[in-house]
Amino acid sequence: MSDIKVSIKNLYKIFGPNGKDMVQKVEDGASKGSLQAEHQHVLGLSNVNIDIPARRIQVIMGLSGSGKSTLIRHLNRLIEPTSGQIFVDGENVLAMSDKELREFRRNKMSMVFQKFALLPHRTVIDNVSYGLKIKGTDKDEMKARSQKWIDRVGLSGFEDNYPAQLSGGMQQRVGLARALATDAEILLMDEAFSALDPLIRKDMQDILLDLQEELHKTIIFITHDLDEALHIGDNIVILRDGAVIQQGSPQEIVLDPADDYVRDFIKDINRARVLDVSAVMKPGSTDSGLELPSSLTLELGMPAMVKADVVSANVMRDGEVIGQVSLADMIGSIARPESHEGEQVTYR
Amino acid sequence: MAIFEEFPSLGRTELRDLKKGIDFAFKDFSRDNGEAIESFFDPLMFFMVWFEKLLINAPWPLMILIFAVLAWLGARSIPIVIGTIVSFLAIGWLGMWEDTMATVAIISVATFLCIGLGIPLGILMSRSNRLQAGVTPILDIMQTIPSFVYLIPVVMLLGIGKVPGLIAVCIYALPPIVRLTNLGIRLVDKEVLEAAESFGSSYRQKLFDVQIPLALPNIFAGVNQTIMMALAMVVIASMIGVKGLGVPVLRAVSNQYLALGLMNGLAIVALAVIFDRVSQAYGKRLQKHRQGGHGV
Repeated sequence: MSDIKVSIKNLYKIFGPNGKDMVQKVEDGASKGSLQAEHQHVLGLSNVNIDIPARRIQVIMGLSGSGKSTLIRHLNRLIEPTSGQIFVDGENVLAMSDKELREFRRNKMSMVFQKFALLPHRTVIDNVSYGLKIKGTDKDEMKARSQKWIDRVGLSGFEDNYPAQLSGGMQQRVGLARALATDAEILLMDEAFSALDPLIRKDMQDILLDLQEELHKTIIFITHDLDEALHIGDNIVILRDGAVIQQGSPQEIVLDPADDYVRDFIKDINRARVLDVSAVMKPGSTDSGLELPSSLTLELGMPAMVKADVVSANVMRDGEVIGQVSLADMIGSIARPESHEGEQVTYR
Repeated sequence: MAIFEEFPSLGRTELRDLKKGIDFAFKDFSRDNGEAIESFFDPLMFFMVWFEKLLINAPWPLMILIFAVLAWLGARSIPIVIGTIVSFLAIGWLGMWEDTMATVAIISVATFLCIGLGIPLGILMSRSNRLQAGVTPILDIMQTIPSFVYLIPVVMLLGIGKVPGLIAVCIYALPPIVRLTNLGIRLVDKEVLEAAESFGSSYRQKLFDVQIPLALPNIFAGVNQTIMMALAMVVIASMIGVKGLGVPVLRAVSNQYLALGLMNGLAIVALAVIFDRVSQAYGKRLQKHRQGGHGV
């Protein structure tokens, strides 16, 4: 596992006048509902512990009201926590003075917003260079760097347009270029693509993955869309009512959902596209003669087996056989999981 | 019961004493401090006298040229420029040039004073709910109290003349700019502010790069309203010695001169329309980026 970039420890956020006193009540088992009914406080985040690896895409997902946007705003302290700790590169973010925090925001972390949050009175290039201007970068360098990112996100020729003249997808490219222009190592994306229509969203996801391929930033991506989470996430954290329900790789979540909430979440996804053959393989080998790379998805693996007219295949990694898969196991694993009988699926 | 038939009021003597007490206290205050306060406003008075003389003594073609150029810079519209020129020519032709210049002078000074005081006050109010709660009722009073009521203490303190007139105008014209600046800044999109903050903006950077530019349409509506309200005070200000178009109107009222009143009244209207159209067109031009569509 790669090194830890951001570490969130025992984070609580309780909205209300006496948030600090309420932490104890939550630790003693008070639920979101009872806290609201009996104490008029809103539980935002409840004992969140997440270690976010460097240079990966960490997805945080949950339905609206699950606290994901609250959580991401704690990382750059747009929201102050009620209790807990946040470390970035081993440095305690919550201990920073106002000045240190400004420097931290200018250099370490940048953010992309759901509704783009561009400055309507500035042109595209001035929006992209906003972060650099705040930092006090000199004019020529600012212009060169902004231009580079405008070209990189495919907005060449729109430098002098105002945001209102661009489509939603183009506006969010400006938002992305603005965040990338400061060269921050950490990119926070708060439902960055949720406001876009599906085709444009897919486009933007691919742009992001493309950029990540060469930039290797630590990206923290908030979404309520599981397909999006599975498509771009290296790791996924699932939040519900401000608490972490499950964290793991996309495959782990699909294969082994922690509870009915997660199970219900994943029931409509295309499992064959998420799972790869190594996720369903068994030990041993077979002499069917077909070899499949371990990272091949089932969606591609199964037709390959049908085409070769075999029912099993060896799973290969770095030229070695690391296990075998059978067509039956593969089909079994893409069946939609049923909720436990007799249990009611509830969200809140 | 007797208490339901007659309102339990202060007795006549007590009431008289109360009023007398307030009157004497204020009279004493103005006797002791009137001169100091007056000399505090002296620079302002000298400036106003100088400015009024400047406008009146400047050659009229030059003034009309200046107005036309200002109208063009503000509105970028030929019809508005032509309207401005024609209005001022008509005003001069009908013998109201000097009074009009005097009115333009006091309106300009009052507007700049109100902007200078009102915008910073509005910004402070937008920062603090407590200040907003404290200032709002004062603004309500300033806008609703009959002007004659606050003319009394102003005249007692400063006598009659340009400065008390200016103060009377400003009391009435200041509230809209304060209110709309406060409102405009409070209405700035929260996510854009968050974005500014997430990139590490300092307070000043946030204020000047984000809050004020995004609040500008509202602030500008406030400036426009302030100008209109200042013009509305011209006649009342003339009662306490401010020169301008209000003086003939006042004379017309007391002598039933219909034509005189109508002409000067219409001159005030002409000024109002010109100021309004130019400032609104300027405000609109500031927001041209809000319009969608390519190549605007």
